[in-house]
Amino acid sequence: MKLNEIFEESILVLKTNRMRTGLSVLGIVIGIGSVIALMTLGQASQKSVEDRIQSLGSNLLTVSPVSTQSGFLRGGPDDAKTLTYDDVKEIEKSERITTIENVAASYSSRSQISFGENNMNVSITGVTEKYFLLRNIEIEYGNTITQKDINGMLKVAVIGPGIVEELFPSTPNPLGQNIRINGNSFTVIGVTKSKGSGMMGSDDSVFIPLTTAQKILFGVNHVSNIYVSAKSEELMDKAMNQLGFFLLELHGLKTPDEADFEITSQEDIIETVSEITGTFTTLLTGIAAISLVVGGIGIMNIMLVTVTERTREIGIRKALGAKRKTITTQFLVESIVLTLMGGILGVLIGIGVSVAITKNMDLPTVISIPSIILAVGVSCLIGIVFGWYPAHRASKLSPIEALRYE
Amino acid sequence: MKPLIEVKNISKIYNNGEVSSKALVDVSFEISEGEFVAIVGPSGSGKSTLMHIMGCLDTPTSGTCVINGKNIEKMSDDELAEIRNKEIGFVFQAYNLLPRTTSIKNVCLPMAYADVPKSERVERAKKFLESVGLGSKLQNYPNQLSGGEKQRVAIARALATEPSIILADEPTGNLASKQSMEIMDIFEDLNKKGHTIVLITHEDDIARRAKRTISLIDGKIVKDTKINSRDKNEVK
Repeated sequence: MKLNEIFEESILVLKTNRMRTGLSVLGIVIGIGSVIALMTLGQASQKSVEDRIQSLGSNLLTVSPVSTQSGFLRGGPDDAKTLTYDDVKEIEKSERITTIENVAASYSSRSQISFGENNMNVSITGVTEKYFLLRNIEIEYGNTITQKDINGMLKVAVIGPGIVEELFPSTPNPLGQNIRINGNSFTVIGVTKSKGSGMMGSDDSVFIPLTTAQKILFGVNHVSNIYVSAKSEELMDKAMNQLGFFLLELHGLKTPDEADFEITSQEDIIETVSEITGTFTTLLTGIAAISLVVGGIGIMNIMLVTVTERTREIGIRKALGAKRKTITTQFLVESIVLTLMGGILGVLIGIGVSVAITKNMDLPTVISIPSIILAVGVSCLIGIVFGWYPAHRASKLSPIEALRYE
Repeated sequence: MKPLIEVKNISKIYNNGEVSSKALVDVSFEISEGEFVAIVGPSGSGKSTLMHIMGCLDTPTSGTCVINGKNIEKMSDDELAEIRNKEIGFVFQAYNLLPRTTSIKNVCLPMAYADVPKSERVERAKKFLESVGLGSKLQNYPNQLSGGEKQRVAIARALATEPSIILADEPTGNLASKQSMEIMDIFEDLNKKGHTIVLITHEDDIARRAKRTISLIDGKIVKDTKINSRDKNEVK
C-alpha cells in the first residue's frame, strides 16, 4: 500500500473523530506555540538591546573609573574619581595615540529642573563638544554645545524631546527659554532627536557644558566617563591598548593590574547583555519544552486508545493481507499527522502571540525561520517517538485475537 | 486435479495455564481445485480452528499445511500476510467490513495491500460488486446495508485479489433463511465458475449444498463424503 494512500486514510480517520483529534492536538499546539512565542520574544528583546547598544557606535570605547585598592575594601563605581577633564585634554593633545579619532567626557548626576510651574527630576549630563558625535545623539533643532560654551562655563542646555514634552507642554518653541536647574538659570539652545527613553535612551536627559556641571552645579573635579572612538573598527584593539598604556602613564601607574580605570568596547557590553538574555530565553524555552513532552504523552495515550478501539479493524486488515509494516505505518502516519497539525497550528499561534506582544512592547519582531522549521521538525519527531509504541503494538496483534475482539 | 490445500497430521493444542485443550487431533485431508467443501460439526468441534489454520490466521501445534504448493509451517508473519492476501478470500459470519468505509472501498482494500494500481482497483471492485448484485450500492456505507447485502460486499471483497481459495466461516450464521439461500446461490454460482470454496457451517441445509462434507467431532474427522451432482439433485 502506498504512503499517500495511507496518508489519505489517516486524514479520513482523524476527520471522523474531530473532537478527539482536536483535544489531543491541543497539547502539541500549546507546547509548540509557547516555545515559538518565547523564542521569538527572547530574540526580540535581545535584538532590541543590541540595536540600542549598536546605535551608540560600534567603534566606541568607554573608559570608566575604577576605585583604586585601599586595604581590602574596594569602593563602588560611584566612588571612583580617578578620571578628569585633564585626561581628556591630554589624550587629545598626545601625538603617541595614533588610532583615536575623537574624545569626549561626561559627568552625569540627577537634579531637579523646572520651567514655570512644571518641574521634574532628570539626569543632568555635563558634556564636552564631541559627546553628541560619539554617542550618536543628533540635534533636532537649535545648536549643540560648543568648545566656547565649555571654556566660558556658560549656562546653556540642550534638552531631550521627553523634557520638551513635560516641561513645555504649551510653549511652541523652547529655544531661548530659561529653565532652572538646581536654582541656576539655563538657556535652552537645542533639542535632541528622539532616541528612546530608559537606560540607553537620551530623551529624558539635559545636556550642559561639562565645566558648568562640574564647577557650578555639582562642585566636582572628576568625570563619569570618557568616550573614545577608534579610527576604524579594525583598530579597536590597538586603540584600546594605546589608550590604556597612555592613561596608566598619565596616572603614574606601572602595570595594568594597578589601573584605576576600565576600558570597555561596545562589543563587550553586547556580549554581556546577550549572555543574560540568552540564558533567560533558554530557561523559558526549556520550561515550554516540558509542555511539549506532556503533549506528546497525550498523543501516545490517545493513540493507545485508538489502537484498542480499532483492534477488530486491525484484525480485518491483517486477514485481508496487511503486513506488519503496513499496520505500523498506518498508525505512525496517524500520530505524525496529529502532531504535525498541532505543530503547524502551534507555530501560527506562537507567531500571533509574539507579534501581538512585541508590537505592544515596542520591540522589533524577529520571526526566525529556523525556529519554525525546528518546531515543525520537533512535532514530527514527537509523533514518531510517541506514536511508535502504539503502532508497534497494533502491528503485533494476532489476527484471530483481533478478529475475536468485541 | 492437483491438491490446492494439503492438511497433514495437524494438531492444535491450546494451553491455558494448567489446562490444555486439544482443538484438533491429527487431522489430514486434501482439497483439490474446483471443489466445494463444507466442514460441519457441533460447536467446539474444532472447525473454526481448522479454518483459521487453512486461512493462515493461525499456526498448528504440529503437522503441516500446504496452500497452493506453499508450506506455511515456517513462514514469517509477513509471508503469511501475503498468502492471505493472494491465495485466500475470507467471508466471515460477522461480515467484518470496515465501518465508515463505502462498499467499493471495502472491496478495494485487499487490492490496495496487493499493490494493484488504483484505477484498476476501482474497476475490478465495481465488477465484483455487480457480480454479487450490488451494482447500485457502490457508495453505501455498511450501516446503510442489510445483513445479506453486507455479506455480498464481503464476498465481493473475498474475490477481489482473485484468490485460489474462498474460505467462508458460517457465512449465513447471521442471516435469515431467504437471504441465506441467496448467499448460497452466489457461492454455488462461483463454484460453477471454477472457484474453490471451503465453507464452515453447523446448519445441515447449508452443508447440503456443497459437493463434499467433512464432519468434525472433538477435533477429529469422523466423516468425509463426496456427493456427486446426481445424488445432490436427489437430495434436493
